[in-house]
Amino acid sequence: MKKTVILGALTIAGLSAGAAAAATLDDVKARGKLNCGVTTGLVGFAAPDANGEWQGFDVGVCRAVAAAVLGDPTAVEFVPTTGKTRFTALASGEIDLLARNTTWTFSRDVDLKFEFVGVNYYDGQGFMVPKSLGVTSAKELDGATVCIQTGTTTELNLADFFRVNNISYEPVPIETNAEAQPLYLEGACDVYTTDASGLAATRAAFENPSEHVILPEIISKEPLGPLVRHGDSEWGDIARWTLNALIAAEEYGVTSANIAELANGTDNPEINRLLGTEGTLGEMLGLDAEWAKRAIMAGGNYGELFEKNIGENTPIGLSRGLNAQWTEGGLLYSPPFR
Amino acid sequence: MTSISPPRGESFTLSKLINDTRYRSYTFQFIALVLLIALFAYLGSNLAQNLRDAGLNISYGFLSEPAGYDINQRLIEYDSQSTHLRASIVGVLNTLLVAFLGCILATVIGVVVGVLRLSQNWLIRKLMSVYVEIFRNVPVLIWILIIMAVFTAVLPQPRDFRGDDAEASMLWDAFAFTGRGFYFPKPVFETGSTIVVLTFLASIIGIFVYRSYARKQLFQKGRLLPVFWPSVGLFFVPAVLMFFIAGRPISMEYPSLQGFNFQGGIYARNSFISLWFALSIYTAAFIAENVRAGILAVSKGQTEAAASLGLRPNRIMNLVILPQALRIIIPPLISQYLNLTKNSSLAIAVGYMDITGTLGGITLNQTGRAIETVLLLMLFYLAISLAISAVMNVYNNAVKLKER
Repeated sequence: MKKTVILGALTIAGLSAGAAAAATLDDVKARGKLNCGVTTGLVGFAAPDANGEWQGFDVGVCRAVAAAVLGDPTAVEFVPTTGKTRFTALASGEIDLLARNTTWTFSRDVDLKFEFVGVNYYDGQGFMVPKSLGVTSAKELDGATVCIQTGTTTELNLADFFRVNNISYEPVPIETNAEAQPLYLEGACDVYTTDASGLAATRAAFENPSEHVILPEIISKEPLGPLVRHGDSEWGDIARWTLNALIAAEEYGVTSANIAELANGTDNPEINRLLGTEGTLGEMLGLDAEWAKRAIMAGGNYGELFEKNIGENTPIGLSRGLNAQWTEGGLLYSPPFR
Repeated sequence: MTSISPPRGESFTLSKLINDTRYRSYTFQFIALVLLIALFAYLGSNLAQNLRDAGLNISYGFLSEPAGYDINQRLIEYDSQSTHLRASIVGVLNTLLVAFLGCILATVIGVVVGVLRLSQNWLIRKLMSVYVEIFRNVPVLIWILIIMAVFTAVLPQPRDFRGDDAEASMLWDAFAFTGRGFYFPKPVFETGSTIVVLTFLASIIGIFVYRSYARKQLFQKGRLLPVFWPSVGLFFVPAVLMFFIAGRPISMEYPSLQGFNFQGGIYARNSFISLWFALSIYTAAFIAENVRAGILAVSKGQTEAAASLGLRPNRIMNLVILPQALRIIIPPLISQYLNLTKNSSLAIAVGYMDITGTLGGITLNQTGRAIETVLLLMLFYLAISLAISAVMNVYNNAVKLKER
């Protein structure tokens, strides 16, 4: 048993070197499928629907990359990962891209040798409590039992928050969001904490969402984004610029509805370069000219993905907030396509 | 004889390494050993090479850095600013706690069930068979999860204790059984309590002295002294007397509902109780079978001989059968203790922070030092397993048949 662990570790180390050396783009093309790491199930971000099809905001990123690279948004193998297994899965080459609301931090980027290709959701850690407790602020949580997903940044933020405010708490570590829900609902913990978007998604899945409140305190910065391995900058560029294409498309008003028309050529050179009717941006990436067009057609631009999966008209009901375009007071700002 | 020994003067040639049966097995063992070493050397250098390629190195420096996370059950001082090393030690102690208590409870249940499986009573016998078959044929992880789920779902939560017409209430205002765990009163030792504790320890030694005296009387003079009631008396009476003489220096701290949770008293978390109970009843099913096998291995003639001497059935079991059966039971019992200790690494399933949860879980995840932490984990489980075997082997030597 123990011997298999070390052999497993050796294999993983071996795979990681092998995968880092080879070009991921060629591997994906040869395989004909993109292996994309997602959560084990968080409604709105990544969860299988009634037909077993993966749906969600993070899933949209996977599909856009698959459409850009392989020309088929359905050519994705979704690999569910937990907070603990996600980095090993990416480092070992089991997945090509990790789109699992993962916080971009210095140590993950530098020490764990990953490359974050951007931010697709600006989030922060929040707290959810049952309304019946009558709590209105996180600072009133002295002595509370807090359910928390282990292996995430939330665990460290939580320890800092309670230490700085000099109040005590009882952490209950759990592995996945699915395990946390029954514990929280049965009252084994008073508070559930994770990223505010995750709280909204979790609450939406409850029988009576209105019986739970999300406290106003946001105790951390959680820029969530997709990431790839260090050592293959070409593949990192593809993922980065696919995400940027989705964001830029919203800024320029390119939607899945009007894209066919705009792809015939417009008088805006920026849109023309994005959609491949002008310039050779696709070629520079090692793809064809219509890569961005396909990525946008896969699920719409950033705004469409947001509205369809987690926006105000969905059960999750998140407002754009920080995730609005820079032109509308948000933080989304794609570098220029030129 | 002379024909077997090699003829003198015949020189050694290289071909004999293969053709001569006297050397052949050594040759092949040597080749196998070299291949094995080469395999491990290859794997090791491959690992080192790959780590170098990925720009990583093997370093245990992270152990002295602040851990940054909190642990709920800690037997020693620990907060989020303590080091990863200290977090690991907290985990080690939690593992040892659940393994130690688990071994004790599993042994008690296992011995009782094992003996009852041989009962004359049909119903008890069959019930015990059902217990053994159910518990040893379902994976222990499932048992841990089931017990935890039932625990949190069935027992009332602290919020149910709140209010004037609360759904749940405490037992004698001292014990609270909630879905988050059990709360017990905690003794508080004030000044002058040392003498009470010392008296209590002295009376425990007294019990052992009295028992060995009683045994000696039985063996040498054939006089049967009462053992049970004097032991009970020795256990309680001196300590209680001293407690009142010293002016009640020990008081009780009772748990009470304050804010979100019960405060004060001793708190046994639901994760700890579920894990402890699940590991115990699972391992007890195996131990019961070992006990049954050990008892059945003692010849029936022993029972009949003891009965013909006029011994009553429980004396036959205690004085004749069990001492002989123990010799057969203990070696497989060691394996069961080792299994229980290693199975305790499933603790993270219910959020119990053992060594796999702290060092092999959060520390591994936050530092990304997978190889270092896994090596440390292996070293720890190896050391603790060898220690358990060593202790149990000492006991095994003490009870085994002494040939004179």
